Amino acid sequence: MNNLSVDHLTGIKDLTREDIELIFKTADSFKEVINRPIKKVPSLRDITIANVFFENSTRTRLSFELAEKRLSADVVNFSASGSSVKKGETLIDTVNNILAMKVDMVVMRHPNPGAALFLSKKIKAKVVNAGDGTHEHPTQALLDAYSIREKLGSVEGKKVVIVGDILHSRVALSNIYCLQKLGAEVMVCGPTTLIPKYISELGVKVSHNLIEALEWCDVANMLRIQLERQDIKYFPSLREYSMLFGLNKEILDSLSKEIVVMHPGPINRGVEITSDVADSKQSIILQQVENGVAVRMAVIYLLAAKIER
Amino acid sequence: MEKQVILNAKHLELTLKRLSHELIESHNDFSDTVLVGLQPRGIHVVARLKEILEEILGKKITCGNLDITFYRDDFRRRERPIIPSITNIDFSIENKKVVLIDDVLYTGRTIRSGLDALLTFGRPSKVELLVVIDRRFSRDLPIQADYTGKAIDTLISERVSVEWKETEGADKVVLFTKESNE
Repeated sequence: MNNLSVDHLTGIKDLTREDIELIFKTADSFKEVINRPIKKVPSLRDITIANVFFENSTRTRLSFELAEKRLSADVVNFSASGSSVKKGETLIDTVNNILAMKVDMVVMRHPNPGAALFLSKKIKAKVVNAGDGTHEHPTQALLDAYSIREKLGSVEGKKVVIVGDILHSRVALSNIYCLQKLGAEVMVCGPTTLIPKYISELGVKVSHNLIEALEWCDVANMLRIQLERQDIKYFPSLREYSMLFGLNKEILDSLSKEIVVMHPGPINRGVEITSDVADSKQSIILQQVENGVAVRMAVIYLLAAKIER
Repeated sequence: MEKQVILNAKHLELTLKRLSHELIESHNDFSDTVLVGLQPRGIHVVARLKEILEEILGKKITCGNLDITFYRDDFRRRERPIIPSITNIDFSIENKKVVLIDDVLYTGRTIRSGLDALLTFGRPSKVELLVVIDRRFSRDLPIQADYTGKAIDTLISERVSVEWKETEGADKVVLFTKESNE
């Protein structure tokens, strides 16, 4: 098996375990490449990729752009602010116009769930979902699982707790799919209002007690509270959230074993995680960022292999 | 497929020993020379040469493995992508003499990719090529080996396989010929 089973990466839900393992194996090679004096390979020199971002992003966008450039692809960037979207152009029109300029792959972030899937059905180019609203963020989940594999040797059998705003988090959903496909156990932890009612149907454990969740897990993935997506008040105050679900050094040191701390960024220091935890030895937050480039190179490389000549 | 052994274990060993002596002739004590094997099959040649050279010279020889998957010129022209192997070059090649090593030299395309891949690690003072088998008169590119174990004449329909004790169970070089009625 050395071909992905999918033509687009719209979500982890569509991937098989073999797909994920193929991506990881390819990413291993790219990780070695990006630590060379010349961090670039010529594989995609005849491919053009458009990064289409209808929502803000720094990390993901930079990471994708670096990944594309290190594969020698030509890159064009587009963001909704400062574009014709403001003048009333539809998604399909915007993208078709970009494709008319002979683009082979589109990396898209969009505020609406399902936007990437919709696009993949309408256009000929390969589509990579860089986050579609509160639905999925597949490359983030891949790099999270890849980082766990790197740190702990494997994902199989590991216990991972995802803490925070599960309701609004595309990272949480993609992570649940990805970790479960790789044989990990997943728990979600947060205030009742931020945990979707039917989440246990995905086969995840649910906890509302941070200490209990941390004692159970090998890895804690601390999510950001997505205030920009919260249309109503889901908890009394950030201070209270922080007291009940924020991870600090005191809690970390009181646990019976050493756990790995992750965060997909951007961090709200002092809310979901304190500075001393974010910068501690147990945190692999910056390794996640480094691995993000290698994993995205692998995804783009494997999808590009399917572009017809 | 018809099989024909071109080199048996004894001849292969003799060939590798001769190649080692040829290397010593032009690289003296190997103080400025490194061996780089091309994945996936060249690494076995390197392992053997390293063993022989270290025994003769009584010192460690610097060796590495280089994967060329991402430098190939047939990406998207194949049915499915090749799974890359491990690259481990944990030394500087800057101003070093590099001997690129592979088992079979055929079209020269692998070596072309290998040169590109190698140069991402720095600027060597010299690059040479050593192969166990040279399928001569079948090059697609202007590439020739500096050290050759054995040169043979083959048809495009034929296949040459250098086999090792560690991977295939016996040291030998085999020529596979398609039978005419196949």
